Amino acid sequence: MNAIAAPAAGARSTSRWALASESLAARGGLVLLACALFVFLTVPLAMILVRSVEGRAGEFVGLANFMQYVQSPSLAQSTRNTLTFAALTTLTTVPLAFLFAYAIQRSCIPAKGVWRNLAMIPILAPSLLAAISFIYLFGNQGAFKFMLGWVGLTSIYGMPGMVMAMTFASFPHAVMILMAALALSDARLYEAADSMGTSDRRKFMTITLPGAKYGLISASMVVFTMAVSEFGVPKVIGGNTSVLAVDIYKQVIGQQNFSMGAVVALALLIPAVVAFVIDHLVQRKQQALLTARSVPYQPRPARLRDRLLLVFVIVIAALLLLVVGMAALGSLIRVWPYNMSLTLNHYIYGFEEYGIEHAYRNSLVMATWCAVLGATLTFAGAYWLEKTRGADLLRPAIRLQALLPMAVPGLVLGIGYILFFNLPTNPLNFLYGTMAILVISTLVHFYSSSHLTAVTALKQIDGEFEAVSASLKVPFYKTFWRVTVPVCLPSILDIGRYYFVNAMTTISAVVFLYSPQTTLAAISILHLDEAGALGSAAAMATLIVLTSAVVTAILFTLEGWLLRRTQKWRNTAKT
Amino acid sequence: MADDSAAVRLEGINKTFGSFVALESIDLAINAGELVCFLGPSGCGKTTLLRVIAGLEQQTSGRIWQNGRDISSAPPAARDYGIVFQSYALFPNLTVAQNVGYGLVNRRKGRSELDARVNELLTLVGLPDAGLKYPSQMSGGQQQRVALARALATSPSLLLLDEPLSALDAKVRERLRGEIRQLQRRLQVTTIMVTHDQEEALSMADRVVVMNQGVIEQIGTASDVYERPETPFVADFLGKCNVLNATALGGGKYRVGKMDVTLPEDGNAAGEAVRIYVRPEDRHVEGDISQLQNRLRGRIARIDYLGTFCLAELQCEALGQPILISYSLNQLRDLEVREGCDVEIALRVDRVRVFPARMAG
Repeated sequence: MNAIAAPAAGARSTSRWALASESLAARGGLVLLACALFVFLTVPLAMILVRSVEGRAGEFVGLANFMQYVQSPSLAQSTRNTLTFAALTTLTTVPLAFLFAYAIQRSCIPAKGVWRNLAMIPILAPSLLAAISFIYLFGNQGAFKFMLGWVGLTSIYGMPGMVMAMTFASFPHAVMILMAALALSDARLYEAADSMGTSDRRKFMTITLPGAKYGLISASMVVFTMAVSEFGVPKVIGGNTSVLAVDIYKQVIGQQNFSMGAVVALALLIPAVVAFVIDHLVQRKQQALLTARSVPYQPRPARLRDRLLLVFVIVIAALLLLVVGMAALGSLIRVWPYNMSLTLNHYIYGFEEYGIEHAYRNSLVMATWCAVLGATLTFAGAYWLEKTRGADLLRPAIRLQALLPMAVPGLVLGIGYILFFNLPTNPLNFLYGTMAILVISTLVHFYSSSHLTAVTALKQIDGEFEAVSASLKVPFYKTFWRVTVPVCLPSILDIGRYYFVNAMTTISAVVFLYSPQTTLAAISILHLDEAGALGSAAAMATLIVLTSAVVTAILFTLEGWLLRRTQKWRNTAKT
Repeated sequence: MADDSAAVRLEGINKTFGSFVALESIDLAINAGELVCFLGPSGCGKTTLLRVIAGLEQQTSGRIWQNGRDISSAPPAARDYGIVFQSYALFPNLTVAQNVGYGLVNRRKGRSELDARVNELLTLVGLPDAGLKYPSQMSGGQQQRVALARALATSPSLLLLDEPLSALDAKVRERLRGEIRQLQRRLQVTTIMVTHDQEEALSMADRVVVMNQGVIEQIGTASDVYERPETPFVADFLGKCNVLNATALGGGKYRVGKMDVTLPEDGNAAGEAVRIYVRPEDRHVEGDISQLQNRLRGRIARIDYLGTFCLAELQCEALGQPILISYSLNQLRDLEVREGCDVEIALRVDRVRVFPARMAG
């Protein structure tokens, strides 16, 4: 017998205790994740259902609240306004985004990277920023107010301003979905059409549009949902046009009518859930559209088309920059439009004057916590879900709950939190009004996308790492730390970046949960706007954009450095 | 009951996924030092069986013993084996040496001892200088060897190979076949290999386990399963085979089409519908065959050139169905066989198998 085959002394050294603790770690992680999702997502949402059938004093009233809601003319008006607002925003955003994505993916315009990055600018800003910019441009004291008359408008406040600001805010989301949809295309379909002498128009109608059909539906659903549940934009530029999101806020915060708030929240949940289900069904079909044997489409130059698309892309990019730039400029001007001298006063004194000097620091603290905890917990949770063994009954429940936040508007989640954590009998009541609850609600609110990013990254690595390490008697958590985390680090940083930027800009869930000590920057914009301090509101919005941009740049640089440093082993295998 | 002489013993293994039966009453004993191949078409359950032995899947019922120890419900880490996957599952961010030493690190050995062991293993698989490279900097064949070295590092008493060669080019695959077999013989490590490639199984295995639809069809040496298939599936799955529909006449005689053939195999009642399995190479074509039994006359309808030999389709009116006959290139030239020419051959019946028609899958 050869020395190599001789069983090593420690071949069975793996003690029973070590094995037991490993399986405990595998199952324990899952149980913790399931519990966390249950307590911080499912139960608060269930509370909405419970409260919607209770009266003000907590007595059971059946469907009385719903009857009152249906019969209330003002709420019915809000419902109509909300649907109109969402429909108009979708009809504006999706065609623009489609043309933009088409220019990037299917034409030969120069500097595509620049345009693509510029289109993402609105993600860095709270949705309120656009509303503030449009007030600067077209508001009562707006520099370009006279232009409203050209298109037959008398005031920017109300539906026109809401739709314009929301188009700005939702544009990058639609562009991302449509770029992905247009990237997936089989060049051979076009070659087959060419070989039959098909006209460009016919190719577009019979190949391009049907191919992007699911992307168009998906983008429409996403934009529609965003608009339905948007709170900040209507609040700032909505004027007298009431929408459901603002109604909820008024019912809950203004009138302390939690039951009616719960009913309106359910009304808001319906379109969001319908859109989510449609989107989900459609995405499954999109995946089946392309086979592994497809050849990616490479656009060829076409002078007229490329020029027209370039003009379009430049105009869109300029408009996006104009909106952000207007807020930045407004924040530097003493009193728009009467005293146009430049000043930093809005930044230096403005926040203190309105008692929100801690808001920016609070936001930084919260966003940092969200980035660090979110990246860690989301990735670890996805790992435990996808790569460990045992506790198989829990897995489907976790998967479902992980997708749930995507279907739930932030306001609805916020209501659920207020109903659940504000209960004096709840042992978790101590969380109410703390920074912790802001962090937790934001983590839950943006959990789905982050979770899916982590799952995708995990699915891209070899599925047998855990099996190999088990055969080598190495516990799975050592392999997690030594192999899985280093391999997935770029995705983990990406999740952290996503959480940070969203935590900086979000309003919807946290607007119900902050206390005077934990006011956030994005929320403070609402207060500044209400107080008529437009300059300080613009300053705060600008500050948020700058912070998001700087952090994004830092993390991108870090990711790039990491990829370069590890390029040696990331190179695809020679075959 | 457990028999301590077997390295691995399976008794009544069943595995179902919902209503799908992946494995059905698998009984198997593997001897120490043996190389056994699980062979079968995709979906036959061979990989599931390997994963059950590895503890990566839990069998629905049945027991497993390894060297006399009951490991039926032991987690993977409590079993003693090394494994090589089709994808190799090499850790991409670790060097080759770190990969090979991965299972050795937690055994609290000295650094120098560990390095020596890693070098020893890399030399064993013929990659003595590759330690500092990353897996992505190596060819598929080299990665395969690293995976093998890693699996052998902890000196397991059992080596599991899950389609280890299927991701490689034909040439590399053939070379590695020989190398793995040599290494396995040298280390005398009990090895189970899953493959769908019959050439691989027949050339490497001490014993082949032919599987189909979750059951074991036959266990035997390469010549057992190829020359003496026990079921129609095995006869059909391994190599090429003519399947002739026939009726038993009793006394070793069978009626095929309009002619009678006489076979040494009997046991089928007169009048029973049967299928006769004849391989293309089971024929006499050279020399004086006029005295032989079971002669066929026919016309060569088509010749498929397959390199070292050719397959000719013989249209034989008496047989009522075409039959494939193999010719070596030399025979083809010497006998002047061409498409369209008439030939006479005699069936070579010592390896012919007869199965009742109702058994055919």
